[in-house]
Amino acid sequence: MNDQPVVRLTGVDKVFGRADAPKTTALEGIDLDIRRGEFVSLIGPSGCGKSTLLRIIGDLTSPTRGDVVVNGKPAERARRDRDYGMVFQAPVLFDWRTVEDNVKLPLEIQGAGGARREQRAKEMLELVELGDFLKHYPYQLSGGMQQRVAIARALAFEPAILLMDEPFGALDEMTRERMNSEVLRIWERTGTTVVFVTHSIPEAVFLSSRVVVMSARPGRITKVIDVDLPRPRSDDTRETRRYFELVTEVREALRRHGGTGDDDDELSLASPDRTMAEGAVG
Amino acid sequence: MTTTAGDLAGRRGLPASGGRAGSSSRGGRWLRTLRYYLPSVVVFAAGIVAWELLVGLINLQTFIFPKPSAIVAALQANWGGGRFALLPSAQATLVEALGGLAIGTVAGVAVAFATARWVSARAALLPLAVAANAIPIIAFAPLMNNWFGVLSPLSKMMMAATLVFFPVMANVTRGLVQVEPGALELMRSYAASEWTILRKVRVPNALPFFFTALKLGATLSLIGAIVGEYFGGASLVLGRIIVQSASALRFDVTWAAILLGAGTGIAFYLLIVALERVVMPWHASLRGGES
Repeated sequence: MNDQPVVRLTGVDKVFGRADAPKTTALEGIDLDIRRGEFVSLIGPSGCGKSTLLRIIGDLTSPTRGDVVVNGKPAERARRDRDYGMVFQAPVLFDWRTVEDNVKLPLEIQGAGGARREQRAKEMLELVELGDFLKHYPYQLSGGMQQRVAIARALAFEPAILLMDEPFGALDEMTRERMNSEVLRIWERTGTTVVFVTHSIPEAVFLSSRVVVMSARPGRITKVIDVDLPRPRSDDTRETRRYFELVTEVREALRRHGGTGDDDDELSLASPDRTMAEGAVG
Repeated sequence: MTTTAGDLAGRRGLPASGGRAGSSSRGGRWLRTLRYYLPSVVVFAAGIVAWELLVGLINLQTFIFPKPSAIVAALQANWGGGRFALLPSAQATLVEALGGLAIGTVAGVAVAFATARWVSARAALLPLAVAANAIPIIAFAPLMNNWFGVLSPLSKMMMAATLVFFPVMANVTRGLVQVEPGALELMRSYAASEWTILRKVRVPNALPFFFTALKLGATLSLIGAIVGEYFGGASLVLGRIIVQSASALRFDVTWAAILLGAGTGIAFYLLIVALERVVMPWHASLRGGES
């Protein structure tokens, strides 16, 4: 049972556009297995379909061709069984609910009892270190704190798989690094399988067990890199030699298949220092 | 929008929930409120004094432009009784406006839910609503009197209701439909039913839109009721008093009636603002933070 992959993608294509319009092939021939408890990052230039791939795994959109099996069942069945926790780039918290009630939302929809909701929300918010902010409203929190609430909410009904779509893309680099450590800590404690879309190379390497490198037009998997950095990882990990080697390996894989280069500037191809400067602007 | 954790400390607690704010910060807020309104109050008072003095100074005919003091005197003299009894008239007009607001709001919300639920209804009704919004609906007042009885308050209520209906319908529809796409994806990932999405996302999302329409509607319903009254009906209503006192050249009474109508409108509006703050503390306080 445990050898069975949590996610199995076979021959997945995604074509956008109707019959009468020019078509765009967003994804072509995607084969990927994700094992239980893995942390897998999807990285690639914009337009490589990495977010689309995540949305296909989560059954927010369906593939044109190919098979998506999650937990041994079709993706739609998995979604109906509530096997997914989703975190988007925007926190998507509801203004009218307190932090606590936002985290309770998926449990309410699931039909969980009041006591369990109460307890789960508290546990999850303590996990993301927001135990003191239960009664606050979203507008009273910073961007990073809001995203932590979103993570707590995604974990609320113990999903088999956590799908994260550039969750820290809108945060500055300092906050992003702090959130990265936070996510790793949460992942290590919960043992959830994570699929993580990013366009930051340092982020992908720091977090992942495997980095899936994609190319654009059509979106294909060009390389899968095993990240053998020891765990638990910490800020010191970012200064090890192996870390830099892996960052370089991912960067070269991206460059080799990056196409004509028109998308390269959208990627954090530069060293972590440069991305930090970029983050400070945003 | 992005803020650091550091500036959280600088933000206020939950302003609308009263008890949380300490008594010292509450005193500070009163002072700030006072400072905010003080210029308007001063300008208003100065305007009244200037009006009073100017009317005497340039020897204006008082029946054209009565002094504020004369208006207040007329208000007192005609407060409870007589041909121009103001208080019962204002009460009658308020009942018409309230009735109209209730009818128009219920109808507007009902149609909004239908248009939000069925795309085909939206396609058919929204262009009509937009077109209807461009019509000077007030022109229908004589017809309303004809349809619902010139002496019945219902004819005035229906005039008010028609004015209230369109903004309520258009706003609430927008609130139900214009939901953040991310929120819908999130609900989809929870395998939530349409009914759940309506209750947990669309309705709360529409609340601010609803209150915006309601504030507009409060003013519109008074306009509808008073204009409806202009075209005839029971005599102890503000609209009739305005028409009849003016034709009797009792302009001090006319002004007193207008003053009372203005006061009613402002009170009506403030009531809805207060209701809004109770129903959506998260939203009212948000706007408070921006001002």
